Amino acid sequence: MSITAEETREQIVAETKTRNRALIDEVLKVYPEKTAKRRAKHLGAYEEGKSDCGVKSNIKSVPGVMTIRGCAYAGSKGVVWGPIKDMIHISHGPVGCGQYSWGSRRNYYIGTTGVDTFVTMQFTSDFQEKDIVFGGDKKLEKIMDEIEDLFPLNHGITVQSECPIGLIGDDIEAVSKKKSKEFGGKTIVPVRCEGFRGVSQSLGHHIANDSIRDYVFEKQGAEPKVFEKTPYDVAIIGDYNIGGDAWSSRILLEEMGLRVIAQWSGDGSLAELENTPMAKLNVLHCYRSMNYISRYMEEKHGVPWVEYNFFGPSKIAESLRTIASYFDDHIKEGAERVIEKYNRLTEEVIAKYRPRLEGRTVMLFVGGLRPRHVIGAYEDLGMNVVGTGYEFGHNDDYQRTTHYVKDGTLIYDDVTGYEFEKMVESIQPDLVGSGIKEKYVFQKMGVPFRQMHSWDYSGPYHGYDGFAIFARDMDMAINNPVWSLTKTPWE
Amino acid sequence: MSQNAEKVLDHFNLFREPEYQEMFKNKKEQFENSVPPDKLVQVREWTKTWDYREKNFAREALTVNPAKACQPLGAVFAAVGFESTLPFVHGSQGCVAYYRSHLSRHFKEPTSCVSSSMTEDAAVFGGLNNMVDGLANAYTMYKPKMIAVSTTCMAEVIGDDLNAFIKTSKEKGSIPEEYDVPFAHTPAFVGSHITGYDNALKGVLAHFWDGKAGTVPALVREPNEKINFIGGFDGYTVGNTREVKRILDLMNLEYTILADTSDVFDTPSDGKFRMYDGGTTLEDTAAALNAKATFSMQEYCTEKTLPFIAEHGQEVVALNCPIGVSGTDKFIMELSRVSGKAIPDELKKERGRLVDAIADSTAHIHGKKFAIYGDPDQCLGLAAFLMELGGEPTHVLATNGSKHWAEKVQALFDSSPFGKDCHVYAGKDLWHMRSLLFTEPVDFLFGNTYGKYLERDTGTPLIRYGFPIFDRHHHHRYPIWGYQGGLNMLVRILDKIFDEIDNNSNVPSQSDYSFDIIR
Repeated sequence: MSITAEETREQIVAETKTRNRALIDEVLKVYPEKTAKRRAKHLGAYEEGKSDCGVKSNIKSVPGVMTIRGCAYAGSKGVVWGPIKDMIHISHGPVGCGQYSWGSRRNYYIGTTGVDTFVTMQFTSDFQEKDIVFGGDKKLEKIMDEIEDLFPLNHGITVQSECPIGLIGDDIEAVSKKKSKEFGGKTIVPVRCEGFRGVSQSLGHHIANDSIRDYVFEKQGAEPKVFEKTPYDVAIIGDYNIGGDAWSSRILLEEMGLRVIAQWSGDGSLAELENTPMAKLNVLHCYRSMNYISRYMEEKHGVPWVEYNFFGPSKIAESLRTIASYFDDHIKEGAERVIEKYNRLTEEVIAKYRPRLEGRTVMLFVGGLRPRHVIGAYEDLGMNVVGTGYEFGHNDDYQRTTHYVKDGTLIYDDVTGYEFEKMVESIQPDLVGSGIKEKYVFQKMGVPFRQMHSWDYSGPYHGYDGFAIFARDMDMAINNPVWSLTKTPWE
Repeated sequence: MSQNAEKVLDHFNLFREPEYQEMFKNKKEQFENSVPPDKLVQVREWTKTWDYREKNFAREALTVNPAKACQPLGAVFAAVGFESTLPFVHGSQGCVAYYRSHLSRHFKEPTSCVSSSMTEDAAVFGGLNNMVDGLANAYTMYKPKMIAVSTTCMAEVIGDDLNAFIKTSKEKGSIPEEYDVPFAHTPAFVGSHITGYDNALKGVLAHFWDGKAGTVPALVREPNEKINFIGGFDGYTVGNTREVKRILDLMNLEYTILADTSDVFDTPSDGKFRMYDGGTTLEDTAAALNAKATFSMQEYCTEKTLPFIAEHGQEVVALNCPIGVSGTDKFIMELSRVSGKAIPDELKKERGRLVDAIADSTAHIHGKKFAIYGDPDQCLGLAAFLMELGGEPTHVLATNGSKHWAEKVQALFDSSPFGKDCHVYAGKDLWHMRSLLFTEPVDFLFGNTYGKYLERDTGTPLIRYGFPIFDRHHHHRYPIWGYQGGLNMLVRILDKIFDEIDNNSNVPSQSDYSFDIIR
């Protein structure tokens, strides 16, 4: 790069930073003083060289501001436990939580629903007033009996607590223990993921991780599994198989010579959870939701873990090599072979879509790993992510984000409806990637949008196969003729 | 490798490719501890039997796949029907994320709603501070004309007192003293979303009519000739409300639509996001006290609201989601009776056109058996329409249906020979319905998007009806009420019937003699 170009770049970055600072000041003006002070800590622009993004995170949302966040129940039932397909997950409490989270996360799986698999079903104790007044433990016992009767092929039960459970003092642990014993040692997991715990989905992930530790790994009287280990055994951790993501990831790991012994938790089963401590390496995609159990397995069972990123060819290749570095030459060669195998596909996808997307700008607001992980995929297509933020990230997420974002990128933690709307209005990106609650707001404004939780009912986006779909979808979002129709021609 | 840049394969086709099929097979065999195939088949077949049905119906505690949601969802739906009104749900914040997502997935529209974001400390000390701060923030940021407060089960369990909290918030200066903050306690462990709708609507009316929680004198009713109209919790609100307005205009009536959600769930894409659009004005809401009568299109969505209105001196008319000729006849004749206005010829003609359409097509519906599930009024309205078409509503199920409702459905069955072999199921869920469809099969099933699981399992073709409908677009824009709405429903039913007939007669040289070009 010539000196002039470098200077130009620096000038652009400086201007971006000035604009972003002004924008943050402007946005904060709407709040009462106390709220403005609180929200100011969550908004910033990344400064190159810093170890994090300069924003506070994992703090209580401010009441009344329209946070996009969910709750601990959503983190446990909706994210971590819900996809385990051969267990029955009881939404324990009133009917709503289970109803709203029924089938909406697109955790793909193979199985006969209602017979040996249960993911897209809504099991609830449908609490009534008398259950609140007299407690729900008796009802829970009966529910478990009825489950055993009507769904005899289930491999286990989890109790996903909704808000009232912790408030009325029910002892779901005692019920679970009693019933487990009665059912010959069946895995029954009480989960204290009441929605009022913590500040977001995030604590629900942690609680769910801990319940796997306590009730799957350290289950009393559990027989050690007979399992033939190989030196190439890995487990996929933190992939929820949305639109089939874990499948288009697994295939690459298998092609490089590894044996995937478990998927956590998309298309996963109880047996896979149980077998995971016997892996040689845990490969972790969603750090936020499953770092806890990965650390536990490292400490207790000596299974190392490594983070990877399967969005976009640059990060995929980098990740395949990183994973391979934990194994012998056989696997290292395998990684190179896989990268080579998909090279042509990647080139063709980029040749087709990059010219249509080059230089386009993106603003993201998602959960888990995506606010950083997808940036590489956009860059592979010549696009720039100019703003990003986490629904429920912690500081370690913002630290990891520094490896992805450019100097001056706008950062917004736990963004409010108002902030996001104003920022997009001011920056006018070519694409916004966020969730269902945001989708129609921006589309009304004439800004192309893709849901980056559900892949907007498309996918998979992981792996090389997924990258082709990702590229196609971003192109169809941005270059659809509808966006030229929003302006009324006679005005 | 099957993926290619030319014709990109996504989840529909990618995973059917051999490399993925092989991978699935290995995963299952080696790692899943999966059920042996013969055992799987044995249990799967058992779930289709009468024996299983009896066990299934003997359930006392477990609910599987219910067809109902919780109160605050209905409260939020009602609240956004008032002019520039922001729903504020007091309790855990995750609930609000769920309501917003749920409504947006159905209407394909933004849903604005805030939470007081209560967490553990609020569970211990109560949520007063959350209310005080939350109201101040919502008021300042989103500049609503009114904030309508409801509750999640968390706030209800710990016993937060909305009236007192709102008063304190005003004293602390969060919002102006005279600012309108109607409220309703909406515990999720009582009733369902239709109960929440009822409570929230009653809360708004009580606020304006009965002296704004003791802060101003109650309004004195000065009767006029206007008619109030309440649609209830209605997934077709956009099309339905506009159709009702057209009918009321045709009849030259003066009216107020209470909780008018037809515009807020149908905003244009013209470069501008409208957080609020349309809705009943606050002035009209207050003045609705003076109306001559109030019509509710869904009795079971207004079980408390209608008596409340009646107590204030109005005549109230409760209908059960009238669909089709007789249902619409009753609606319009009641409008005429109450208002003293004649029914215009245009409506008579519309009626005749619907009858004409039915006469053209009824041969394809006569004697067919149908299962229906949904909200109580929607079940009643549709069952009546099907019987009018010569169909038999064999199974009618509402998870949120009461004993009173079941009696009403039975009375409907008893009114016609087409109801002779029909049964009503109150308080049952879609896993019960699955057993019904296996043991006593019907030709078609009516229900919301979740009905597609029943269609897959039992092979009963699903005609999408009710709320939520996530997997088909824009149904909410078309009315099902009025003679025009009846026509829409008729066409939707016929399209499915004809598609099925074609699908069952299209095998060359085997069944395609019936693959008729004229039907």
